[in-house]
Amino acid sequence: MEYTLLILLLPLATFLFLGLVGMKLSERTAGIVGTLSLGLAAVLSYVAAWQFFSAPRVEGIHPPVVAWNFEWLRFTDQLHIDLGILLDPISVMMLVVITTVSLMVHLYSFGYMKGERGFQRYYAFLSLFSFSMLGLVVATNIFQTYIFWELVGVSSYLLIGFYYTKPEAVAASKKAFIVTRFADLGFLIGILLLSYFAGTFSFETLTSGNASVFAGAAGRTFLGCSVMSWATALIFMGCAGKSAMFPLHIWLPDAMEGPTPVSALIHAATMVVAGVYLVARLFPLYYFETPEVLVFIAVVGAVTSLYAAVVACVQTDIKRVLAFSTISQIGFMMVALGVSGMEGHDGLGYMASMFHLFTHAMFKALLFLGAGAIIHAVHSNEMSRMGGLRKKMPVTHITFLIACLAISGIPPFSGFFSKDEILAAAFAFSPWMGWTMSVIAGITAFYMFRLYYNIFWAVPAEQEHEPHEAPGSMTVPLVILAAITCVAGFIPFGHFVSATGAVLPIHIDWRVAGLSVLIACLAIALATCFYRKGTNSLPDRLEATFPRLHRAAYRRFYIDEAYLFVTRRIIFGGICSGLAWFDRHVIDGAMNGLAWLTGRASMAIRGLQSGQVQQYAYVFLLGTLVLTVWLILM
Amino acid sequence: MDYSNFLYMREELPLIAVMVILLLYDLFGSERSLRHFQLVACLLFGAHTVWCLFPHESCEAFGGMYVYRPMLTVIKSILNVGTLLVFMQAHTWLEGDRTRIRRGEFYFLTLSTLLGMYFMMSAGHFLLFFIGLETASIPMAALAAFDKYKRRSAEAGAKYILTAVFASALSLYGISMIYGTTGTLYFDDLAARIDGSPLQIMAFVFFVVGMAFKISLVPFHLWTADVYEGAPTSVTAYLSVISKGSAAFVLMTILLKVFPAIAVEWQWMLYALIVLSITVANLFAIRQKNLKRFLAFSSISQAGYLMLGVISADAQGMTALVYYVLVYMVSNLAAFGVISAVEQRTGKVMMEDYNGLYRTNPKLSVVMMLALFSLAGIPPFAGFFSKFFIFAAAAGQGYYGLVLIALLNTIISLYYYLLVVKAMFINSTDEPIAPFRSDNYTRISLMVCTAGIVLLGVLSVVYERISLFGFGM
Repeated sequence: MEYTLLILLLPLATFLFLGLVGMKLSERTAGIVGTLSLGLAAVLSYVAAWQFFSAPRVEGIHPPVVAWNFEWLRFTDQLHIDLGILLDPISVMMLVVITTVSLMVHLYSFGYMKGERGFQRYYAFLSLFSFSMLGLVVATNIFQTYIFWELVGVSSYLLIGFYYTKPEAVAASKKAFIVTRFADLGFLIGILLLSYFAGTFSFETLTSGNASVFAGAAGRTFLGCSVMSWATALIFMGCAGKSAMFPLHIWLPDAMEGPTPVSALIHAATMVVAGVYLVARLFPLYYFETPEVLVFIAVVGAVTSLYAAVVACVQTDIKRVLAFSTISQIGFMMVALGVSGMEGHDGLGYMASMFHLFTHAMFKALLFLGAGAIIHAVHSNEMSRMGGLRKKMPVTHITFLIACLAISGIPPFSGFFSKDEILAAAFAFSPWMGWTMSVIAGITAFYMFRLYYNIFWAVPAEQEHEPHEAPGSMTVPLVILAAITCVAGFIPFGHFVSATGAVLPIHIDWRVAGLSVLIACLAIALATCFYRKGTNSLPDRLEATFPRLHRAAYRRFYIDEAYLFVTRRIIFGGICSGLAWFDRHVIDGAMNGLAWLTGRASMAIRGLQSGQVQQYAYVFLLGTLVLTVWLILM
Repeated sequence: MDYSNFLYMREELPLIAVMVILLLYDLFGSERSLRHFQLVACLLFGAHTVWCLFPHESCEAFGGMYVYRPMLTVIKSILNVGTLLVFMQAHTWLEGDRTRIRRGEFYFLTLSTLLGMYFMMSAGHFLLFFIGLETASIPMAALAAFDKYKRRSAEAGAKYILTAVFASALSLYGISMIYGTTGTLYFDDLAARIDGSPLQIMAFVFFVVGMAFKISLVPFHLWTADVYEGAPTSVTAYLSVISKGSAAFVLMTILLKVFPAIAVEWQWMLYALIVLSITVANLFAIRQKNLKRFLAFSSISQAGYLMLGVISADAQGMTALVYYVLVYMVSNLAAFGVISAVEQRTGKVMMEDYNGLYRTNPKLSVVMMLALFSLAGIPPFAGFFSKFFIFAAAAGQGYYGLVLIALLNTIISLYYYLLVVKAMFINSTDEPIAPFRSDNYTRISLMVCTAGIVLLGVLSVVYERISLFGFGM
């Protein structure tokens, strides 16, 4: 299956091509080149997926395939950094997800980005991102993951800051880069710890479940926790940064300053789930070596999910609502991984997490692309500038509604199936966790329909231009994604992906499903009564009754402010000023001293080079004799 | 005597053949056919270079007088490539009115010195070594004085020959004392008979200063600046890279093979020479205005870094040394290639002449910048990796103080390398060098050098391949 290398090389080549000569091409040509190459990559991914899953099972599992491998740097026989392509159920699934969503975004951007300055650059960056993300998921070893991990970070930075003349966009891109980079510091330390004790970067060895690999770390502790716990927790820190887990989530809402299709691709469907993906990739390591970290992951996921869901209820910028909803849904995936076991039905959480990743990618991309169409029509992100759009934008309306139903967990849309599995796994872990997640699912349904009614129903806002339906290049991807959202739930996902690789049949647990559907319906009914007409004063009265709570939620519980306080006051003001003094006086002083000394010495010895060959011979001989005497006397 | 022994000289014989063919061609070729002389010379020598790329079995000939080890193929190939690059850069210069009729001589003399270096490196006996040394030195003086109608070139030739003779005499004196105290000149036999008596130490120092002259280590370096400045630029490039690289390699092999018994002494000696070379050369380099003189001092300090590989005296040091020579070669030849191109076109070699070069000749400026960055050891260019490996080799043997001094000196060297970059990119002037297009030979050679600067460090496989041979030393 060497051709899978092309899936990576095509976007890379497109990036280089568009990056180097893009400005000489017309917008149309640049877009077509980018879209065609990505389309080809998507076709290859489908072929690879088909070939991979149609191959006969060996001992009940689909054996992983290393389609291509190249040894890049060798330290020892075991420890070497490779670049390769690993095909296993989850990486193949990710290939399909990434190329599909990316292709939709490529198509959609034709309409959305039309006439923007830097159209060619935009497509070049999209290709770079696709390349990086694809390279990340097919990594054969954790170091390759790290390399591509940083590459997606860079492409995300470039795309968030695409409107680089807007100060907010520049600030947001910096924030995204710095926060994720900070998290990646932990990730890198985790990788180094892990590879130091295991002596390898290879996923194959790290996730073999063989405890002897980590024998070197046995009994070593640091601050009361074992070294292995530190290593895996630090790796999770990287995942938390990329996947916007509390408290490292602060960059994601701001990242919405980027073009909306980018938000759909990077900040909803693909890059932000990289953390979930990596935890899944290392799942046997977490499960066998450090189960306590797995519980930690579940708790972080639940806290994040609840926090983001609450905040999403009061945001007024539609992209921010979707951003917090993304954070909340990724929390679901983390919870599912955290509560999962390994064998048989215990591994439900793992499967559910990947299933939800898959369905969420589709319907969240749909939501963002729909939001993009709306913003395109009304030229604003604020809910108050919308309302009553359902007649004017029928296609967007229907597809958006499908996505809202899916994320709320209403059957038969895809989100119902995946979320139901997550809730079942959470209940199996502990009723407490199950109930928490069910409540969050209810809140999800509420804020999604709040969003839906405010956009499409309620009281129409005054518009300068009459809003109209988006062009075909934008509605076609919406329809395709909506179609996927309608049918994806019926995929027997457990046949393809499970913790051990063996078939895991999905049974719908009707008690859990009934409960979640009931909660969702109640939440939707509440939202309907609050927001449908747009004249119900109850929400405003609630807001007036709990002003502090509303304000705190609207300001995202002051997390950003807390960060600013720590960085500005404590780090910049306290620690850095001392370091700056040291740098200015001690380090620069040493350098200046060296320069001064050099200058003086240079003046002092310049007579040596007189140009007279007699003197040269004299110095030569003198040097010889001094050396001789010195060495003999030594 | 068994004449089949000659067949072991797989690298020397083709080189002699190339020399003889070129000599006959130059003598008997018709005026018309001689128009292609340079192309033929480059192609022939290129063929020789390719032939030499492939290592063969270790062997000895003439009773151990001549020795072959696979590592020699590596270093000889590096020198071959370097010489080829010099030939290509010499193109415009050799096409000049006064040099055209004598270009055959240029190739013949250059290849003679190369042959001498081959013998030096392949020697298993001090006598062959000395013959190689002289073969490599004497034609060099003729090369330095190649533009003899120029006063500076003639002066360079004279200074070179006088100093070379002086150094050779000392070296030969040292060798004779070695023979006197041990009764043999075979490297293999000598190792056991060197015991560190004062006379032997004296002999050893006399021998080493002969090599230190070729490598131009302080205080045996005084000829360098004058000769580099006066000699034709292509000869300077050859002198600074090929001559120096071969001598450093030979010094390392002889120190390891013949003088392990007095390793402590020669390591101390090298310690002193390294500190002196790097520091003193840097101090002089920062005040140079003439670029050729400037690169002369730069090359002295680079020689000091080179010796860090020798002082570590193990396979890692050897690998780092050979790698350093390779990287230094592409970097330095890139710098000299630019200087030579500018000099041929405008006759200018002063630093202030380069003001604003980026505006008029951006490509040349970028090549020069990359070359200087590489020489200064800025990542990700090859020079960073070569410095890294050679520092690592020295630090691996515990020379932390020495490495620290070398590191401080790289900071100073960064300053003066950046002076040139500043001149080209930042300084402005009313009379910049006019835009021009250099000949294709120079362009190709500069492209090869640039590719080397950019890629050699990143392609870890190069270092690994060399290290493979290093253990077969």
